[in-house]
Amino acid sequence: MAERAVAINRWPGAVAAALVAALVLGTLLAVVLRAEAGRGLGPAEWAAIRFTLVQAVLSAVISVALAIPVARALARRRFAGRGLLITLLGAPFILPVIVAVMGLIAVFGRSGLVNVALRWAGLAEISIYGLHGVVLAHVFFNLPLATRLILQGWQDIPAERFRLAAQLGFGPRDIFRTLERPMLARVLPGAGAVIFAICLSSFAVALTLGGGPRATTVELAIYQAFRFDFDLGRAALLASVQIALVGMAALIALRLSRRDTFGAGLDRPARRWDAQTATLRVTDTLWIALAALFLILPIALVLADGLPGLARLPSAVWRAAGVSLLVALGSTGLMLALALPMAVAAATGRGWLEAIGLLGIAASPLVIGTGLFIVIYPVADPVALALPVTGVVNAIMALPFALRILVPATRDVVQGYGRLSASLGLTGLLWLRLVLLPRIRRSLGFACGLTAAMSMGDLGVIALFADPETATLPLQMYRLMGAYRIEAAAGAAVLLLTLSFGLFWLMDKGGRGFADA
Amino acid sequence: MKYLSIATGLFAATTALADTPELTIYTYDSFVSDWGPGPAVEKAFEETCACDVKFVGAGDGAALLARIRLEGERSQADIVLGLDTNLTAAARDTGLFAEHSVSADYAFPLGWNDPQFVPFDWGVFAFVKNADLDAPTNFRDLGASDLRIVIQDPRSSTPGLGLLMWIKTAYGDQAPEIWEALADNIVTVTKGWSESYGLFLEGEADMVLSYTTSPAYHLIAEQDASKDAVKFSEGHYMQIEVAGKLKTSDHPELADRFLDFMVSDRFQSIIPTTNWMYPAVTPASGLPKGFETLVVPDKGLLVAPDKVQALREEALSEWLSALSR
Amino acid sequence: MLTLDNLRIDQGDFHLAANLTVPTGARVAVIGPSGAGKSTLLSVIAGFFDPSGGRVLWNGADITDAAPGARPVAMLFQDNNLFPHLTVTQNVGLGLRPDLRLDAGDTRHVARALDRVGLTGMGARRPAALSGGQQSRVALARVLVQDRPLVLLDEPFAALGPALKREMLDLVAALLEGSGATLLMVSHDPADARRIAPHTVLVARGQALPPQDTATLLDNPPPALRAYLG
Repeated sequence: MAERAVAINRWPGAVAAALVAALVLGTLLAVVLRAEAGRGLGPAEWAAIRFTLVQAVLSAVISVALAIPVARALARRRFAGRGLLITLLGAPFILPVIVAVMGLIAVFGRSGLVNVALRWAGLAEISIYGLHGVVLAHVFFNLPLATRLILQGWQDIPAERFRLAAQLGFGPRDIFRTLERPMLARVLPGAGAVIFAICLSSFAVALTLGGGPRATTVELAIYQAFRFDFDLGRAALLASVQIALVGMAALIALRLSRRDTFGAGLDRPARRWDAQTATLRVTDTLWIALAALFLILPIALVLADGLPGLARLPSAVWRAAGVSLLVALGSTGLMLALALPMAVAAATGRGWLEAIGLLGIAASPLVIGTGLFIVIYPVADPVALALPVTGVVNAIMALPFALRILVPATRDVVQGYGRLSASLGLTGLLWLRLVLLPRIRRSLGFACGLTAAMSMGDLGVIALFADPETATLPLQMYRLMGAYRIEAAAGAAVLLLTLSFGLFWLMDKGGRGFADA
Repeated sequence: MKYLSIATGLFAATTALADTPELTIYTYDSFVSDWGPGPAVEKAFEETCACDVKFVGAGDGAALLARIRLEGERSQADIVLGLDTNLTAAARDTGLFAEHSVSADYAFPLGWNDPQFVPFDWGVFAFVKNADLDAPTNFRDLGASDLRIVIQDPRSSTPGLGLLMWIKTAYGDQAPEIWEALADNIVTVTKGWSESYGLFLEGEADMVLSYTTSPAYHLIAEQDASKDAVKFSEGHYMQIEVAGKLKTSDHPELADRFLDFMVSDRFQSIIPTTNWMYPAVTPASGLPKGFETLVVPDKGLLVAPDKVQALREEALSEWLSALSR
Repeated sequence: MLTLDNLRIDQGDFHLAANLTVPTGARVAVIGPSGAGKSTLLSVIAGFFDPSGGRVLWNGADITDAAPGARPVAMLFQDNNLFPHLTVTQNVGLGLRPDLRLDAGDTRHVARALDRVGLTGMGARRPAALSGGQQSRVALARVLVQDRPLVLLDEPFAALGPALKREMLDLVAALLEGSGATLLMVSHDPADARRIAPHTVLVARGQALPPQDTATLLDNPPPALRAYLG
């Protein structure tokens, strides 16, 4: 006896998952096979593993802890521009890392706004460099994600419960005990585990803000094994450690948050009767304002800093912008080709398929890149394939997030309309075109926007392969910095920022535009 | 033969039609960027060689070497341009590089007699600061001061490794104390030169580890005399950048001609204002105006290429333990 | 003629056996206590649920393993009978062509069906712009164009008010009168059965009994049904 799979084929999803696994693990294997005997993991590598774990735990705990009051404030306040603010708060997540680090330094750096103010007030300066700087940057990136996940939890509490609570004369504390605490207990571990997994594979942040060799992450150690010692064996070993760590964290996150999504639908706050006291109004307003300031100020400063340079951008930068757009669109298409079948299979009972998609955050781009190089080199010119390879790797990196968005939406469609579709003979591609795609359009737009923006901003593996003609925008920005052209680099950062957000906005909007039912 | 013979067969027709040999040069990324020497060098050599010059960028010097090691004898590169004396020993050990027959009157001190590698430019590591800052002139005073410096990671950056060797050659067994004293002066250690220099320009540090030639960029390209380099009494560590021909080159004569061209006036006069380094051979027209203002060290320091490997390991572990405390 | 030949359904602690035939053109109510397996029985007939033993036959042909869309069955569910993103015409048109490539003849066919359920001229609307009763009429229009010999209703009108529900049942009866299709209809309400179903299958105590005369059964309910009817 069994509930039948309704009109939906699962094998394309299995094939897509196999492709992803082959790419991530196959490239790792290629590196292992190419390796000569190295020296294995020494104290420096164990220190890197320790540091990686410590910073990831801190980043996850602090992101989630700060997200609770922000999400609560957003959940119980209704004000003009709330929807826009929630969208804007998502910005750091799709911000190119180098741009974000520039913005954080403009705020918290030695000559940043905060220290200027502290000096003016005669107080001691703060330093952004070191473990706390790494954690600060990770909180900056992940607070929006945590806020979205927790806010979703709040909005999943049916409005009727709040009405019932108001009827019974509950105060904020009673509401917390009976409604909010159980929700938080359900949502927080999952949110924390997701952020922990993301922070485990951090690379660029620790590089600039880490302050020195104390702040070596595993990904950085992989980079150094390649670069400094050309010890492919150690690089592969470290990459395996990273995949194991992130994979475990991601699996835990997946178990804990099976039903959660950070997708659409956050624009309907429930009416609250318990939170109308002046104190609570002030606290909530303060939290929202602080979060907005913390997340938006660095971006605003990057914009202000780069606008003068924008007019004087060399033509090579515009060409690179075109290349990056192409790569971003390619990655988005590829992500869809992988994520859709996987989401369908995961939604119809092959939940473990989503776990394979999670390899994307666990994998080291450097290992994938080098592995692909080793695999491609005997049969084709890797330089000629630089852009396709970058597109593929970017798609894999975005896959976990895309799946997290698409799987719940797809599951809803399968559960809601699976039988109707089957009884009408709507199957295969027909079902995809007439039922699934229109029904998950919002989530689809969101996932595409996220992928395109992440691909746009990622330096990725292009640096391993690039020739002058195929430089992407982030690479060209690095080149400008390397040629002393800091002002033009700041201009390129603005362009990068604009294009990333533009792509996200367009695709997200495209998804919402027709979601009328 | 580079790739599948099928592919070669397919493209043979077009190659025969064009009949211009292609010289493939692997180099570091900033050399090929639109703001580096690459475009001008390509144009200049193509005018004389009846060939097609193809630059392929691969990260920096160390990434370049990694790339060549990955490709081995199947590499399609004819020339690798952009290794430095810290890397030449390891590069030589691959057995991939051919001997050269270039001789020139090199401008840097210490002389040159490497059979495989030809220098094309050189630089001197130094701390760069705002001209109005009064800075210490040796590492001991720097360590005792409260100046804030930003440096690069020796495991990922050429200048970072240069500083490591600088302090090691200047102080030998006392190098660990120097690093321990410097630890509280170091704002942060970045992956590459670009990030450090950017942080310095943003005002995040008083001084940045760079080259004595860096102020020349600001002076010549931006008419800005506000930056200068500090002359250290210990002497300064040098970097000599070199190119070598691969044994597996399809166009060995063409590659030789390129190496000869590389030490000629035409190539050398491109270097100062695109790579912002000293040309290996001073061109007949001399150095660009502005270079005469640069700091010239009293003593140039350089570790012999075959001693680099051992010294590097030792210096790195000292560096790691000093800065990890 | 629908035949359930020694059909056995098992799902954890739940078991149901059925061995019965429903003559072509009959209108049969499926009645029983909640949890007895009325909906599950329809799911098996429609092909959404595999039985653990026995066969489902239509006019002697074994359809036990056929895909849901390939069975001679049109079914309406408790909810989600319409796709919210498609227009009324498209929702009905799906019953003719799942790929929605409707030619002029198909479109006329859909319009006629909409006329018959009293929705003339509403083809361009989306379900959200219709009342609950109108949405049910759209779903019935689709059953009409599907023109399948066996119609299964799994309480599609449960959310409607009593008057509206009666109206829908009368509409179903009228539509089936024209097509001669066989009807199996799950219901909680004996009045529904009396209204349009001359025969009733009682599902209780792990058994689906053969169709009996509805009035007789409801007037002299066996103990299992009596407890349920109260």
